[in-house]
Amino acid sequence: MTQSEQIPRRVLLFVTCTVDQLYPQIGESVVNVLERQGCEVDFPAGQTCCGQPAFNAGFTEDAKAVARRFLDVFAGEDPIVVPSGSCGAMVRNFYLELFHDEPETLAKVRQVAGRLYEFSEFLVDVLHRDDLAAKMSGSATYHQCCHLLRELGIDAQPKSLLASVEGLEMREMEQSEVCCGFGGTFAVKFPEISTAMLNDKLDYAIATGADTLVAGDATCLMHLEGGVRKRGDTLQLKHLAQVLDEATSTDGVAS
Amino acid sequence: MKVRTDEFKARSAETTKNPRRQASLKLVYDGLHKGRIAAAEDTDDWEDQRDRARAIKWHTINNLDYYLDLLDKNVRANGGNVYFANDDAEARDYVLGVAKANNVKTVIKSKSMVSEEIGLNEAFEEAGINPVETDLGEYIIQLAKEAPYHLIAPAIHKTREEISDLIQEVAGGPRQEDPQDLTDTARALLRDEFRKAEMGVSGVNFAVAETGSIAIVTNEGNGRMVTSAPRVHVAIVGMEKLIPSMQDLSTMLRVLIRSATGQRISSYVTVVNGPRKAGEEDGPDEFHLVIVNNGRENLLKDAQLREAMLCLRCGACLNACPVYRKAGGHAYGWVYPGPIGAIVTPVMTGKKVGRDLPFASTLCGACKDACPVKIELPTLLLRLRSDLAEGKADPKEKSSPLLERVSIKAWRFGVQSPMRFALAGRLSSLMMAPLSRGGWVRWLPPPLSGWTKSREFPRIAGKPFRARFRKKQR
Repeated sequence: MTQSEQIPRRVLLFVTCTVDQLYPQIGESVVNVLERQGCEVDFPAGQTCCGQPAFNAGFTEDAKAVARRFLDVFAGEDPIVVPSGSCGAMVRNFYLELFHDEPETLAKVRQVAGRLYEFSEFLVDVLHRDDLAAKMSGSATYHQCCHLLRELGIDAQPKSLLASVEGLEMREMEQSEVCCGFGGTFAVKFPEISTAMLNDKLDYAIATGADTLVAGDATCLMHLEGGVRKRGDTLQLKHLAQVLDEATSTDGVAS
Repeated sequence: MKVRTDEFKARSAETTKNPRRQASLKLVYDGLHKGRIAAAEDTDDWEDQRDRARAIKWHTINNLDYYLDLLDKNVRANGGNVYFANDDAEARDYVLGVAKANNVKTVIKSKSMVSEEIGLNEAFEEAGINPVETDLGEYIIQLAKEAPYHLIAPAIHKTREEISDLIQEVAGGPRQEDPQDLTDTARALLRDEFRKAEMGVSGVNFAVAETGSIAIVTNEGNGRMVTSAPRVHVAIVGMEKLIPSMQDLSTMLRVLIRSATGQRISSYVTVVNGPRKAGEEDGPDEFHLVIVNNGRENLLKDAQLREAMLCLRCGACLNACPVYRKAGGHAYGWVYPGPIGAIVTPVMTGKKVGRDLPFASTLCGACKDACPVKIELPTLLLRLRSDLAEGKADPKEKSSPLLERVSIKAWRFGVQSPMRFALAGRLSSLMMAPLSRGGWVRWLPPPLSGWTKSREFPRIAGKPFRARFRKKQR
């Protein structure tokens, strides 16, 4: 069997509620990149949210109801790709906690979670593509989103993908692994702490002189970009999928 | 100590605006946090050691009654006294009773967070006894009349200028700025107290059940002085600090010290086996071990929260925590700050009054990675959130605002159907339209203004991804 035959062709996209409603362009980039790698992307139309907002706020019963629905929508055998470490961690790690006393649901969780991959993880670990023959000019610095790095342990994959982009100069920022201060409702409940963390993050990113700050989660990007706009900084913000889309597009621009 | 957990929001917000505190808190990351990482990288079997330490602690906590009995028996066999204090008042009364029976005027203390917890210094002062902290950091905050800012670096928030002022006030003479001079002056002041004191009070890092010993880790040697120079030694220990054996102690010291300061071993490790025995040259005539509950059983009796009893009080989770590094130690409103404080403080002192603490985390997971005994801190924070939001453990603890409960129900109704979800998105997008420019909203009403004061918010897309995907497929 050749390697191409082992590689799954059909993937289910779990786009996340944030990308669906706030950053649809990130979803389009994910589709473009996956299609260019030979995947056939399907979008289960019943999907909405994984339940994380309620879970993090302590409303576990509401989170359970939404999570059960998620498990039904994503039943099947095809791999699931999600462009978010946080929503990925919700399904892969926190569903186990949420349903720890429901063996039947837990079996479903294991089945779905076992097929679910974060975007960069899917490209590198499943499709075995850590070099997409991508090209792009400019400089970037990478923020390591918390749940991607520490809950899913995904560290090398996004970095190797970024390093493989020809012409893109990567610059390491100080405290790249430290949280940006988003934390869901934390950002609204404790705005002063959240903003202080955000300002550190943006200051460190800007200090690298890079023109773009890249991250792997739309919620973190929303927080960072909201801060950049308020501060009047010129730093650009991109999801890893947008960088890879732009750098592998034949006309050189992301759709 | 007075519980001020309900002031977290105000006190943390104040700290974010204090450049001196922020500069000190940056050092927590650059010094202590990076030091721990370097020490862990230097240790070949670091992960195995963490697992072993965790297993030792779980075993002890799950068999705590047995080990408490064993410790009690062995301390007495060594000639010491054991007192089990159910709460702070019992602990204070016992220690004061020992002091009075021995006609004590001056007490020298080495660092003990439990003594802070039970308000021992205030109790001594009220009884006309002079307590003197001999750990340099504790000495500084005692002069400043403040609570510790950090589990192992209590005065980390104090600048050199502030310390100069405090030392000058007690020492008189010319103002000193050089850290070495300040330390020398403090040392000379403390030397006198060491000579005078009739009683020493110490904390305990580990209480070893099978030998009835206590182990104390310091870098200043003051622990050794406190436990050996005065005639009476009282050691105070939280009941989570037990370990079974001396062999376990070697494992525990390895992970504790690396996690706390990044050292391989501290300058001093003091092991005390009770009072001086016949024929021995040094040591006190009397030894008392006070084992403190004071709300720890609230952790112990809960199968999930019990995990917080594994804590070694090393401070690694504070150093790793970006929220602690902005909010500062005093904001947490009691003795134990940071992620572990956000868990144990509300459980030990009242969940409802400390209800902000479990929410004061982005769940970034840095604490869990840093913890030497791998306590699942984010999971425990989430558990407390659910106690508070839903009244899960006890309906009386439910304290979520009505607006939040209604919002969650509305959200749940919305996301249970893709049509309702899409419709809600469309409506929100329209509602945001008058407030937005260039696709971003600059102002939102309270409570969402907490976001828009320092950040714009993206307007919900007129055409969400699902619509774009459908169009593309056609």
